[in-house]
Amino acid sequence: MKQLRRDSLIKLIACIVVTIGVFVAFVQPLANSIRQGLDLQGGTHVVLEAEDTPEAQVNDDAMQRVVSIMEKRVNELGLTEPIIQREGERRVIIELPGIKDPDKAIQTIGKTAMLEFKDEEGNTVLTGTDLKDAQAATNQQNGQNVVHLEFSDEGAEKFADLTLKNVGRTIAILLDGEVLTAPNVREPIMGGRAEISGQKTLEEAQQLAVLLRSGALPVKVNIIETRTVGPSLGQDSKDKSEFAFAVGIGAVLLFMLVFYRMSGFIADIALMAYTMMLLFLLKSLDATLTLPGVAGIILSIGMAVDANVLIFEHFKEEFRLGKSLRLAMDAGFNRAFTTIFDSNITTIIAAAVLFFLGSGTIRGFAITLGLGVILSMFTAITLTQYMLKMLIASRLFKNPSVYGVHDLIFAGEEVKKDA
Amino acid sequence: MHRFDIAGRGKLWFLVSLLVILPGLACMFSKGFNFGIDFTGGTIIDLKFDEPVTVAQVRDGLRPFGMDGSTIQLSGNEANVESSQSVMIRTVDMEEAARKEVMAGLRSSVGEYQVMREEKVGAVIGGELILNAVEALVVSWLLIILYVAYRFDWRFGVSAVLALIHDILIVLAVFSFTQRQIDSSFVAALLTIVGYSINDTIVIFDRIRENLKLHFRKGGDIHELVNRSVYQTLRRSLYTVFTVMFTTFALYFFGGETTKDFAFALLVGFASGCYSSIFIASPLWILFRNRSEKKNLPTVVH
Repeated sequence: MKQLRRDSLIKLIACIVVTIGVFVAFVQPLANSIRQGLDLQGGTHVVLEAEDTPEAQVNDDAMQRVVSIMEKRVNELGLTEPIIQREGERRVIIELPGIKDPDKAIQTIGKTAMLEFKDEEGNTVLTGTDLKDAQAATNQQNGQNVVHLEFSDEGAEKFADLTLKNVGRTIAILLDGEVLTAPNVREPIMGGRAEISGQKTLEEAQQLAVLLRSGALPVKVNIIETRTVGPSLGQDSKDKSEFAFAVGIGAVLLFMLVFYRMSGFIADIALMAYTMMLLFLLKSLDATLTLPGVAGIILSIGMAVDANVLIFEHFKEEFRLGKSLRLAMDAGFNRAFTTIFDSNITTIIAAAVLFFLGSGTIRGFAITLGLGVILSMFTAITLTQYMLKMLIASRLFKNPSVYGVHDLIFAGEEVKKDA
Repeated sequence: MHRFDIAGRGKLWFLVSLLVILPGLACMFSKGFNFGIDFTGGTIIDLKFDEPVTVAQVRDGLRPFGMDGSTIQLSGNEANVESSQSVMIRTVDMEEAARKEVMAGLRSSVGEYQVMREEKVGAVIGGELILNAVEALVVSWLLIILYVAYRFDWRFGVSAVLALIHDILIVLAVFSFTQRQIDSSFVAALLTIVGYSINDTIVIFDRIRENLKLHFRKGGDIHELVNRSVYQTLRRSLYTVFTVMFTTFALYFFGGETTKDFAFALLVGFASGCYSSIFIASPLWILFRNRSEKKNLPTVVH
């Protein structure tokens, strides 16, 4: 018996020491290593200017199309939550959150991406508008990086016609006037599919596919300015918000400690572990944290605390019914679990729908909320449960008030009467 | 101890909420909302000061003109600088006279500068994003009703979703009354409130479900059942709303200019979410249950 008590105590202390240690040592560097969005960290500010050419004049309609094509390109390149904004008559501002090689990304985005198929005489037979889809792939046999093209019905006919007439001759595929590849036509191709080879890396092939999918810009654009900008919330607001966040979390920890004593302390430890896990998960998913994401975190911390409160309240009820600490704990957990499960599943449903159907900032919010709620449920039923069991088994405290069973204001009294 | 009867006063609570929501709707249609530049577009001004300045200095300079909520960013070649000569300001469109005043104000309070560019900029959030969010929300409500119908019964599901629509309407009403600015983070604030509200309601419903098993066997009254369930979960309801409010309060009071409206939306929403779980969702459930009981009565008599 004594052995069991001592073992439990050691396990409990180990949990507490490890969690606090990991938290204190790593919370700051981990939090800082998570990529932050334009609102929290700033990024690269690029100004594109459209230029009149003999082929295409700049007008309002063209500029609107430039904006929507840019949105498509930036999103498809996986640059999270950019800002794409019309400026004046013929400019577009693109702001990208901290990425590794902004210059390269900008070069790619700024391409006109005019695709042409020409015969030997130099006649343009097909253009990018005849495409239905473009996908990058690596050819399994020769290891070449290629872009698979799928033509629209009309495009397929044109392509069949082109290849039929040019058997034994070469056709050229050009992007913005430069020859990408000039294959020799061996036989007519009727299936409406073609392939562009000659890309050096798979990444290059993917970028080309994105450009082709998003379509050609209606006008030529030039990059007239690139610079770094600070957080759009303002550095001052960001500093203040960080302080506010720390105060808020501190208040939550203190609150639990005051109202639930030793149980509250265990909940606090669980909350620290929860925070570390959430940050770690966001980091490993390479998520971008923005203010909406922070809202998701605030709520999920609330729910993590909520799970603990539910457990403690059920525990207290069971204890007042006359059960021993250990039995009350088991019964409390079992009852709390259904509650936590049902209430959290509804929130997870909302987060999942927002993630799959939402766009941009909404997805970022949904992912932090969804992950946060799943993790909070996980910590409550594993860590909190484990530590409380060890605490009770260690028989460190015999007075129930240590577990927060002291005042009889709301629920307890009612339960007693009923019992 | 005599307890205050919550469940029996459903009509009163509905009335209280309608007294906010109906004028709110009227206000939304007449006055509308104060949409920020994320939605409306505005002006971008690029300044180059003679001496490096901080964001706080520029914001203080804009405060007398009520423009301290503007987007102010330092720019340059390096990231994460504390001060810089180049400052980029995005603000609402101004009349020529007001513009001159603001520009002169900045010159005297912050320092001498050159205007590098000044141009109108478009919106960054289209109606598309909002429409998309609304669509996603409606789908999530249907799924939540289905889930709750499966785990509880449909009346709980519909009541819970109505309670969360109530919360959204309250927040929208308050933002229309106060004409506080609605920017891109407002959408996220609303979604956060949705997440909180549904969660909070289900905890109370879970208790009703648990008590329900025994209650009617003992010949209890439905109001008594709901009151008991509400009081049994009251402490938890309050503790949880405190927890989420602590952080939001801190953000409201200690946070910066640009996050104030965001924190405010969350505060109103959390308060409303807590209120609606107790005072709206549960009475709604009683209402639905009584309705369908009445409908079923004749068949029972047969």
